[in-house]
Amino acid sequence: MGKNTYTALLIMTLTIYAIRVIPFVIFRREIKNKWVRSFLYYVPYVTLAVMTFPAILNATSSVWSGTLALAVGITVALIRGDLFTVAISACIAVFLLELFLVV
Amino acid sequence: MLKNTENESKTGRPRSACFLRGLRDGVPIAMGYLAVAFTLGITAANIDMTAVQSFLMSLGMVASAGEYAAIILIGSAAGVTEMIATTLIINLRYFLMSCSLSQKLSPDEPMWKRCLLAYCVTDELFGISSAVPGYLEPVYTYGAAVVSVAGWCLGTVLGVVAGDILPVRLASAMNVALYGMFLAIIIPPAKKSSFMAGLVVISMAASYVFTVIPVISDISEGFRIIILTVIIAGAAAFIRPAEEA
Repeated sequence: MGKNTYTALLIMTLTIYAIRVIPFVIFRREIKNKWVRSFLYYVPYVTLAVMTFPAILNATSSVWSGTLALAVGITVALIRGDLFTVAISACIAVFLLELFLVV
Repeated sequence: MLKNTENESKTGRPRSACFLRGLRDGVPIAMGYLAVAFTLGITAANIDMTAVQSFLMSLGMVASAGEYAAIILIGSAAGVTEMIATTLIINLRYFLMSCSLSQKLSPDEPMWKRCLLAYCVTDELFGISSAVPGYLEPVYTYGAAVVSVAGWCLGTVLGVVAGDILPVRLASAMNVALYGMFLAIIIPPAKKSSFMAGLVVISMAASYVFTVIPVISDISEGFRIIILTVIIAGAAAFIRPAEEA
């Protein structure tokens, strides 16, 4: 502990920042290749979809409230795609359902 | 919500408006972060990390899985090589996100703004920054980062000093805030285009399959994200080159 912990934190902080900053340094200009551009355009959607499912099912105290959060999230996003509204709706749905589910 | 267009990054809308909207969009992220970081803080306290150390860790790394790994490494007194290697592997997806985000910027953005933006590359900030139509005004992401990183750090420290302050019920509910935001980003484009809808469904299905098949399910979450993103986004770019790209 102590000084070693700070050294460890510094090393890992620098490592993680390097991962994040290197692409910005390499790709300063716009990439012209159509496939690469399309690939990078699709990256966020695939990544976020992969991260959301099935993880959302296990994010709460019960798989049922996780499923409800998914259903409510999709429904509200279809009606009105506001970040805050969708996030809050999912939270409230979980909270209300767990009042009944979790003792 | 996000009504900005490419005119905002160089001309037109003032940067302060972008920053303010970033602050606003950072609120749900901060909520989710508060809950996640709280549990992270409890873990940190278990290996006797202090509030200051945990605060610095969250401020510097801003990564959930990455910080869990960091705590384990510190707790087991791991060597430098192991620390660097583990951090690289677990957080490799940020590399992909930074590549994607580097192309969302106007070529005129100066280097220091790009380097500052790199600090803000988390799953959630990357998500909302990608969802901006046209060029990304970095100040928008900075605004969201100020609020959400504050939530992240506060959550970590609270977890260390008062591990039992947050009722389980509330933490459970707040956990889905992050996933709710992801849905808010991926569902609207899926509503507009059947190709995007297919892309989202296939991504989720493949992700599920990866978690249930023996052997493959042993692959860590970080690698699952990278492998599936490269394969599916790569195939999608091949099948239908994006007009918006």
